[in-house]
Amino acid sequence: MALSRLSSRSNGIARPFSAAFNRFISTDTTPITIETSLPFTAHLCDPPSRSVESSSQELLDFFRTMALMRRMEIAADSLYKAKLIRGFCHLYDGQEAVAIGMEAAITKKDAIITAYRDHCIFLGRGGSLHEVFSELMGRQAGCSKGKGGSMHFYKKDSSFYGGHGIVGAQVPLGCGVAFAQKYNKEEAVTFALYGDGAANQGQLFEALNISALWDLPAILVCENNHYGMGTAEWRAAKSPSYYKRGDYVPGLKVDGMDAFAVKQACKFAKDHALEKGPIILEMDTYRYHGHSMSDPGSTYRTRDEISGVRQERDPIERIKKLVLSHDLATEKELKDMEKEIRKEVDDAIAKAKDCPMPEPSELFTNVYVKGFGTESFGPDRKEVKAALP
Amino acid sequence: MSAILQGAGAGAAAALSPFNSIDSNKLVAHSRSSLSVRSKRYIVAGSDEGTNKSFGSSSLIARRSQPLMIPNAVAATKADTASSSTPSKSGHELLLFEALQEGLEEEMDRDPHVCVMGEDVGHYGGSYKVTKGLADKFGDLRVLDTPICENAFTGMGIGAAMTGLRPVIEGMNMGFLLLAFNQISNNCGMLHYTSGGQFTIPVVIRGPGGVGRQLGAEHSQRLESYFQSIPGIQMVACSTPYNAKGLMKAAIRSENPVILFEHVLLYNLKESIPDEEYICNLEEAEMVRPGEHITILTYSRMRYHAMQAAKTLVNKGYDPEVIDIRSLKPFDLHTIGNSVKKTHRVLIVEECMRTGGIGASLTAAINENFHDYLDAPVMCLSSQDVPTPYAGTLEEWTVVQPAQIVTAVEQLCQ
Repeated sequence: MALSRLSSRSNGIARPFSAAFNRFISTDTTPITIETSLPFTAHLCDPPSRSVESSSQELLDFFRTMALMRRMEIAADSLYKAKLIRGFCHLYDGQEAVAIGMEAAITKKDAIITAYRDHCIFLGRGGSLHEVFSELMGRQAGCSKGKGGSMHFYKKDSSFYGGHGIVGAQVPLGCGVAFAQKYNKEEAVTFALYGDGAANQGQLFEALNISALWDLPAILVCENNHYGMGTAEWRAAKSPSYYKRGDYVPGLKVDGMDAFAVKQACKFAKDHALEKGPIILEMDTYRYHGHSMSDPGSTYRTRDEISGVRQERDPIERIKKLVLSHDLATEKELKDMEKEIRKEVDDAIAKAKDCPMPEPSELFTNVYVKGFGTESFGPDRKEVKAALP
Repeated sequence: MSAILQGAGAGAAAALSPFNSIDSNKLVAHSRSSLSVRSKRYIVAGSDEGTNKSFGSSSLIARRSQPLMIPNAVAATKADTASSSTPSKSGHELLLFEALQEGLEEEMDRDPHVCVMGEDVGHYGGSYKVTKGLADKFGDLRVLDTPICENAFTGMGIGAAMTGLRPVIEGMNMGFLLLAFNQISNNCGMLHYTSGGQFTIPVVIRGPGGVGRQLGAEHSQRLESYFQSIPGIQMVACSTPYNAKGLMKAAIRSENPVILFEHVLLYNLKESIPDEEYICNLEEAEMVRPGEHITILTYSRMRYHAMQAAKTLVNKGYDPEVIDIRSLKPFDLHTIGNSVKKTHRVLIVEECMRTGGIGASLTAAINENFHDYLDAPVMCLSSQDVPTPYAGTLEEWTVVQPAQIVTAVEQLCQ
């Protein structure tokens, strides 16, 4: 049962400006309990409870950050169509609840590794909009100095390990990070994210076997958006219960469009992983865009389906309804917030557009680690096009 | 480079020169600079059928004088002058796999971040005994027996390296690492670049490769040619107990991912190596036998075939210079260049396949850089472009034999 706070309206206080309003609410951490939309389905473990502890600050935070993520992805769409972003661009809109719920449950010491749909996770880990847009447009100020691109966002100081292009290859890497966490006796876990398409990769099962054998604090999270590029999951997988695929490893199926369910599940998974070893989470989620910008996304699914999900399960709408029903903000205030976000994103894009492209000498940096001393321009050490630092 | 004994990475100085190579063993050279040492190398032969095998029969093959300490034996004399042999406590004798183990153990003692992962490396002691005894000493968390999943455990090693651990990943046979090619190419080689320098991957990937004794096609692969294009990795091939230990230590200390190629047939080579700690330079080639007439470039097992041929050639009046290139990526064009400028003829002897092998790259590199110094086209002797057959006689014909090297030298020196 959702407790309803005393509405401040009933106190007759005139609502201050939105900025001041945010400050007013942000000091308020009175707990609010929220019910998840669906119960959890568990495999080989006891599911966590449906009641999630939250606070009004967190609710507003969720709304703001998810709206920011959504706006960022839409802006990236336009930039791609304007040919400022080239190559591959995989957008995360629709799946924001997974990123935000996960962040809320863990610390920056816990590691996250994901595949190429990484813009929002990077943002959640503390990346800035400027870094995102600069990297997408290949500028110097990008998080990977413009040399990585959309699929290679990393943030070492927040334990965000990327950002990988090859489907499934990040899962063994994630188990390796978990191994290092166990080796160094840090009380931290690693979330290795992958999609329903990648769930059929052999290296996942290899890595899962080792993680279970060595009791590694690895949490495998399948972001099941039901389509592996253009192939629906029922055409690619004999068993679509990805949370059960671990066989001897416990699993949990979560409504990935409900940020609180995700938060609860990740908290549960972290506790489990630290004590008992790996666990699989399946996030039932959906992406509105196609697989990438070169995929319209409508040849293998109907527009009705997409708009249906958008109407019934959109994660931002859900949070909005919760915010409104708990009287934490009015419609107008939320709209103002969205306008602010839009402006923030536009400013970041403008700033990124002004950023210079990388220097030509950057072509040769970071091939080998600095201090190595060798000029690396191919195996023949020619007198050079560029001397390496 | 002088920082080796302070435990810094074994990076090369920007300009390589013979002097630098002596620097690398400064501490040792101090005490031994006046000694010219002759080391006898005992090659323990397997049971051969006697035809043109590299090790010949079980007779002792005395090496050209090679000071123990200095990898580039520039100061080495060609003819053996009788010199005082070293007192026996100057070094200790061991086999190549023991040298690798010693290097690994020393590095594991020195740095708690070093760990080993591979199949049967722990309790079994390693299929070639390179990791024997390490599991008992360091425990199961540092010497990890993995299940048979090269793709996953190579990926895990790389993931662990991203956080700062220094795993040594063993492929039981180099050929098995083909299953991990994606991890090695995309994640190992490229992560430092695509992350804009945020992550370093200080892994060592090692394992035995090369043509063995009738092991069959799939277990006789030479992967150095497959990996050579991957940007961001370094490749080295060891050939003697001395450089095996030195390269192992250098590879572990290096911040870059290093692939260390060992050879199945060289594990039982015996040599005396120094007691003191030493490291070999990862990017340097080794001068095995200085000469005047022709430069023979080789690596790994073919070094011994080349030296066998050199004996015959000396008897015929030629004076070949044999260089073990050791560093397969990047090539040590400095040493090679100096040699080419001296002799003007080059013969490359390798165990790689003809097509797309290390020799092919090296030929191109030499032609591009030293064309003016060549009196004859660069000749490359490689293995045949065939899967390695099982039958012993056929297998022999796939690899380069000393007789072929002798013929080639005679041809080039006409």
